[in-house]
Amino acid sequence: MLTFQILANGLVLGGLYACIASGFSLVWGVLNVINILHGSIIVLGGYLAFFAHAKLGIHPFLSILVAAPLFYAAGYVLQRTLINRMIAAPVLLTLSLTFGLDLMAQNGMLLAFTADFRTLIIEPPLGVLALGPVVIPIDRLLAMLLALALTGLLYLLLSRSRIGRAVVAVRMDREAAALMGVSVKRIYAVTFGLGAMMAGVSGTLLAMIYPISPLTGTVYLGKAFVVCVLGGLGSVPGAMVGGIALGIVESFGALWFGPENAATLSFLLLIVVLLVKPTGLLGRKGYE
Amino acid sequence: MPTGVDAYWLRLGTTMLMYGVLAMSWNFIGGMAGYPSFASAAFFGLGAYAGAVAQKYGLPMVVAWSLAGAVAALFAAALGFALLRLRGHYFAIASLVVAEVLREIVNSATNLTGGGMGLNIPVPQMASIADQARFFYYAMLGVAVLAFGAVLVTQRSRLGFGLRCIQQNESAADMLGVNTTLYKVNAFILSGVFVGVAGAVYASWVHYIEPPDVFDVLYSIKPIVMVLLGGAGTLFGPLIGAALFLSLEELVWRNYLSVHTGVLGLLIVLLVLFLPKGILAFRLRRT
Repeated sequence: MLTFQILANGLVLGGLYACIASGFSLVWGVLNVINILHGSIIVLGGYLAFFAHAKLGIHPFLSILVAAPLFYAAGYVLQRTLINRMIAAPVLLTLSLTFGLDLMAQNGMLLAFTADFRTLIIEPPLGVLALGPVVIPIDRLLAMLLALALTGLLYLLLSRSRIGRAVVAVRMDREAAALMGVSVKRIYAVTFGLGAMMAGVSGTLLAMIYPISPLTGTVYLGKAFVVCVLGGLGSVPGAMVGGIALGIVESFGALWFGPENAATLSFLLLIVVLLVKPTGLLGRKGYE
Repeated sequence: MPTGVDAYWLRLGTTMLMYGVLAMSWNFIGGMAGYPSFASAAFFGLGAYAGAVAQKYGLPMVVAWSLAGAVAALFAAALGFALLRLRGHYFAIASLVVAEVLREIVNSATNLTGGGMGLNIPVPQMASIADQARFFYYAMLGVAVLAFGAVLVTQRSRLGFGLRCIQQNESAADMLGVNTTLYKVNAFILSGVFVGVAGAVYASWVHYIEPPDVFDVLYSIKPIVMVLLGGAGTLFGPLIGAALFLSLEELVWRNYLSVHTGVLGLLIVLLVLFLPKGILAFRLRRT
């Protein structure tokens, strides 16, 4: 019976992980840039939801509608002004650039919001859903379903829309896409915007579940790494599979080895997968 | 030099030498072989804890430091064989998470390491505080001289030549008979051993360590910034970079503690955007 409960916890966690990682994976896969800033954008999304709720009484689910365009625009501009200048530079330099930006973002948030942990409390509480012996808090379940729905929307955008097909084309072959009339520069900016949007939106969802503090972004970033490597780069289905796999592994790991070792376990898993199957569980780059 | 010098300069000098060791060490793997390693914090923390635990069990200080170097070297060898098969982003990420894993392990091994409570290191018996400060200055100087010697020897040896080949084109180097795996692992060991000793000396110097302090990701970032400042793969670049970095740290942002990391971030961004080849390259380009 305990097994089912742990499995349910893992699935809920996994859905959120998928949403965290999908944008990160997209940026990495298409731009070949590891966006260290991703974690801090998630935290910023959390603050947006927190203050919208605390000051204006807006439900976190609704603040997604504001967060999405806002973070998309910010990501677009950031790519156009800064990241794009280093797009063809060696790994070390692009990584250092986003790392430097992340240090600035963390410091800025510390100054603006202080290091206090803040919790978004929804009144009245939504209660729990009991399916026989398995108990799931409803707010978590809703956040997870919404996270999966948003990740699904991203998938639809990439597979159905004109701009989405262009993003996929650039990921598959930049030169060929350019020859077919795709403006690679613009697609890079769009992709970075989409990545920031997914990060901000998942931040608003996470705000309902976890306390928010300026430096928690690093934890989310670590999860995004592991999910990307597990699922394979740049594909939304990969992020889904990787996210749910990580959620389940962490839940059972916490049961078997104690919660303090769950993070270690997931990082060891990362290293093992990197060594054994560096293209991820779903094989080579996915083409959605 | 350090007789009659006040404690502030002695502390600054010790820090400078430690930064120099970190930068020179990173230069082996990052500058010469061109592998973006973020593992310095892992070696530093591992060395600090190895030295501290050895001293806790009664080993003399200098023996404990050497042991820390040996532990870091062995760890680097094992890790290198596994991770150096990866390239680019994958190597960077894998090396970045090593410090996180070690920190968690040290955190949960409470019996041995004190876990989150940290670990006190016995204070050496000496005549005065000033003598102690001088002692650790010379200890760090010793590590720095060893590291610099290793850089000199490596640059003139087959190893250094092979590493530069790997940086330029690893597949071609492999084809031409450079044993790339062996060379890379050697570079990785060199990038770990002195950092491990420096970590152990640091632990004895400050008398108290805890996991978030010695496994701080900034120990992985700072050496990279220093080497980028001074010029990667060069002989004096890392040392010049370390001196510049420390001057900036002392002159600019010790006065603005609340924006310390923000200014460091800004420095990194400006450096990457405007001086990606370092200060030395800038001078050469101008003349």
